[in-house]
Amino acid sequence: MLSRTADSLYWVSRYVERAEYLARILDATTRLTNLPSSYGGAGTEWQSAVATAGCEDTFAKAYGEANERNVCDFLTFNPDNPSSIRNCFALARSNARAVRTALTSEMWDALNSAWLELQRFEKKRMDREEFARFLDWVKNVSLVFDGSAYRTMLRDDGYWFSRLGMYLERADNTARILDVKYHVLLPENEQVGGSLDYFQWTTMLREVSALTAYHWVYRQAVKPLLIADLLILNRRMPRSLASCYENISRFLDALGDAYGRQGPAQRQARKTLANMSNTHIDSVFQRGLHEFIEDFITENNRLGHTISEQYLQ
Amino acid sequence: MRIKISHSITYAYDEPVRQLTQILRLTPRDHDGQHVMSWRIEPNIDGRLRAGQDPYGNIVHTFSADGSISGLSIRVDGVVETIDLAGAVRGALERVPPDVFRRDTLLTTPDEALRDFAVKATQADGAPLAKMHALTEALHDEMSCDRSGKRTGIGAAAAFTAREGIPQDLAHVFMTCARQLGLPARYVSGYVAASDALPLAEGAHAWAEVHLDDYGWIGFDCANGQCPTDTHVRIAAGLDFADAAPVRGARKGGSGENLAVSVTARVAGSQQTNQ
Amino acid sequence: MVAFDEMTGMGSELRPAYDALDRWLKEAPPEMLALRRSQAELFFRRIGITFAVYGDEESTERLIPFDIIPRVLTKPEWSKLEKGLRQRVTALNMFLADVYGPKECLKAGIIPPDLVYRNACYQLEMVDFQVPHGIYCHIAGIDIVRVDADTFYVLEDNARTPSGVSYMMENREVMLRLFPELFATHRVAPVDNYPDQLLATLRSVAPRSASADPNICLLTPGQYNSAFYEHSFLADKLGVELVEGSDLLVKDDVVYMRTTQGPKRVDVIYRRIDDEFIDPLVFRGDSVLGVPGIIGAYKAGNVTLANAVGTGVADDKAVYSYMPEIVKFFTGEEPILKNVPTWRCREPEANAYVLDNLEKLVVKEVNGSGGYGMLVGPHANKAQIETFRRKLKAQPEGFIAQPTLALSTCPTFVASGVAPRHVDLRPYVLSGANGISCVPGGLTRVALKEGSLVVNSSQGGGTKDTWVIDA
Repeated sequence: MLSRTADSLYWVSRYVERAEYLARILDATTRLTNLPSSYGGAGTEWQSAVATAGCEDTFAKAYGEANERNVCDFLTFNPDNPSSIRNCFALARSNARAVRTALTSEMWDALNSAWLELQRFEKKRMDREEFARFLDWVKNVSLVFDGSAYRTMLRDDGYWFSRLGMYLERADNTARILDVKYHVLLPENEQVGGSLDYFQWTTMLREVSALTAYHWVYRQAVKPLLIADLLILNRRMPRSLASCYENISRFLDALGDAYGRQGPAQRQARKTLANMSNTHIDSVFQRGLHEFIEDFITENNRLGHTISEQYLQ
Repeated sequence: MRIKISHSITYAYDEPVRQLTQILRLTPRDHDGQHVMSWRIEPNIDGRLRAGQDPYGNIVHTFSADGSISGLSIRVDGVVETIDLAGAVRGALERVPPDVFRRDTLLTTPDEALRDFAVKATQADGAPLAKMHALTEALHDEMSCDRSGKRTGIGAAAAFTAREGIPQDLAHVFMTCARQLGLPARYVSGYVAASDALPLAEGAHAWAEVHLDDYGWIGFDCANGQCPTDTHVRIAAGLDFADAAPVRGARKGGSGENLAVSVTARVAGSQQTNQ
Repeated sequence: MVAFDEMTGMGSELRPAYDALDRWLKEAPPEMLALRRSQAELFFRRIGITFAVYGDEESTERLIPFDIIPRVLTKPEWSKLEKGLRQRVTALNMFLADVYGPKECLKAGIIPPDLVYRNACYQLEMVDFQVPHGIYCHIAGIDIVRVDADTFYVLEDNARTPSGVSYMMENREVMLRLFPELFATHRVAPVDNYPDQLLATLRSVAPRSASADPNICLLTPGQYNSAFYEHSFLADKLGVELVEGSDLLVKDDVVYMRTTQGPKRVDVIYRRIDDEFIDPLVFRGDSVLGVPGIIGAYKAGNVTLANAVGTGVADDKAVYSYMPEIVKFFTGEEPILKNVPTWRCREPEANAYVLDNLEKLVVKEVNGSGGYGMLVGPHANKAQIETFRRKLKAQPEGFIAQPTLALSTCPTFVASGVAPRHVDLRPYVLSGANGISCVPGGLTRVALKEGSLVVNSSQGGGTKDTWVIDA
């Protein structure tokens, strides 16, 4: 397979995954800010949404103040924000267009229709209701794309690169949520019965659509330690870091087998996965949650570079 | 006249290059007006250097290298014995019919002003040779020449509008006019040595040649307002600069290319020149 | 000017080829036609047929309108055309081999040498170079117009990178889906074997050093090129990699493509990048689309480029006017397909006539394409005519002129209903070491504006399915 084709497949999935993630952040933040003020919002929810999306600098330059209107505009349709939902879809489609023949027609259809539909949304006046519809639609595009890839792609290198992109992006996204909100999970910040934290926690879970999963897995009230466990180490949770790495490692191994050659990417992914298997959430907190997440993000980026050097250029 | 030439071209890259290829037109051929006594080209890094010829008959070296390349220096040293033939290019390898050199190219596309100038500058004299001399003088008067070696060419029309350019631009302006008058004209790159007549002219240089039915190819050097003499060493010719450029290159990876060039072209043994 | 109509001839007769179609058109309710047309448009939009129009920033992706009424040719009509096309393309290849080799046709005075030498498409790099298997123009698109029941003219030869063949195939696909009943009543020659023929042609011209299973790829300038859809369509149908310049690298005069498993050698490149941009070390140095060193590999005999470099000299409009002589010189036969009568403005007498008759003639710039540098006298205003008059006086050798032809018309479904519109035809001719092949029909282009003679898609033309039927 052409390196450029693999690269595009990888990035198409990354961008679609990122768009969905942005929609989740906006959805969860809107809920959080809709709570009565007695539940004690610090008023920084929108700033935090920008931080979670990982684009504080570009935002500060473009707008300054982080309020609902600015942030929603910035993260959805703003053409100048390289990772707005609009640009994620645009980039996904243009990458897809460049390797059109490597995609199944179902996948192309999903992206192409999404792009056409997005332009219709862009022209509409957005009230809250319409906005909520829009966010639902974005999440749905990702589901449709993901489903088409899963159901229609040949299980060969093209599929594996596409999945690698998705899981690397997903791991990055989950880690970012943890990175921005890690302080909310730390014991010293825990206000007994503090409603704010409770809603912050549930917001985090919502951002990765894990609120229901949490209850099924732990069968108890929402607690920071368990949230961290769910999002970091629990392999049953499809957006956890461990689950992402389980998949990354699996698909890298598939590539290694098919090509008859292992490389640094395989070794690096296995190492990260092994580290997580051998770690208990208590020790993560003892060593420092913040440091753990920062290290993870760095490692995850490094794996991205390694994959790129080994296969994509 | 014996001319000794040293030319060094040095590239430094801020970020290392993964693969590079350089096409070098840096080697003269013999013709009646010049004889190559010695000549060598040396890159300072490992790579593959192959000699060949382009469609015009110019000697071309292709240098390619890969790995992590942070810089490259190419050194050219040689000695050429020259004779003054008043600009006539005789005994040179000619592989391309003169008609080819009536094409307009990207760098020699005329505009209205150049068309007018070509006609006006040459209307007094009858014979094509006289017209070309008149054109050389007119351009020498009309345009100033920047010999700093620090600028790159901008093409005939733009240079003529500015009434200023590097020798390459002047050659392009001249060729454009000659082609407008229906004469085949080509671009020549080479070296010129400092001499009593042209004390400031030393270095890499460019001029033009025109094909005249009665004489064959004749050189015209607008930057100096005369025909090339035994101070000129002819390296390569083509439709325009792009075909005869001393170096063309392509690279993969790397960024921030910094280029440094130094050229000396000296008359070897001053006694000989004074005789 | 009354034009010959493909369905009704010069008047009210009904030509036999259109018998069944006419009946069907009369019976079909207009709503049904409108519905089918919107279905066709939806189909094209969904599969992403897009066409970028240069200089049109508003809509970088635009659909080429498709007309649902097919253009029909009978088998005898096609057989004659095909014979003429084979002859013409044979001559084009022989001409190219000659001008880059022994130059017999220049010596014999068949064509003025300066017309070749001064032509920017005459690539000096190709002089005295033996192209693999002696074939230059592997894929040709010959533009044909019809003026009466028996007369077809060649309007233009496209010997560089002719496009549009994907539309020929997709148009048929859509027609088969939307109007199965029509194919039951007509025996239409299939076109879907074109990719197989193209692949066989490309395989046949692999360098002798290539393995028995040569690695073929299609080189595109990229997704911003107006014909990108076609490049990707063809790569898919051929089952070959669609590569951009940056996917290829040259090492020691061998071309490789960058794959996830390391460099893989390439043997044949169906390139859809123009000569000028294909190698920045040889042609335009500012090209980022090309592959540095590819010409070196080509000339070392390690890779085949299809079409060869330098084929543009054969389809230049100035050379076009000499094609009847060229065909005769190289094949020893009378040309089967005629040229449109052409005045060469480089000849003073011809230019004088052209200048006197600008309002009647079509004036074309030689070395121009896409219908941009063109004057259609009868449709031009005074200012446009005067502009061309000045150009013609300043640089007569830059132009040719032709009479305004009454291009044949074909019934077309437009806003006001079914009405005649002017059409042309571009059949595609493949030349390989395995011989010449040509799928029946080709791409019919239609000028959708009433009375318009310009069929180029960049100027608002549309396309139709083209049927060759057993009559």
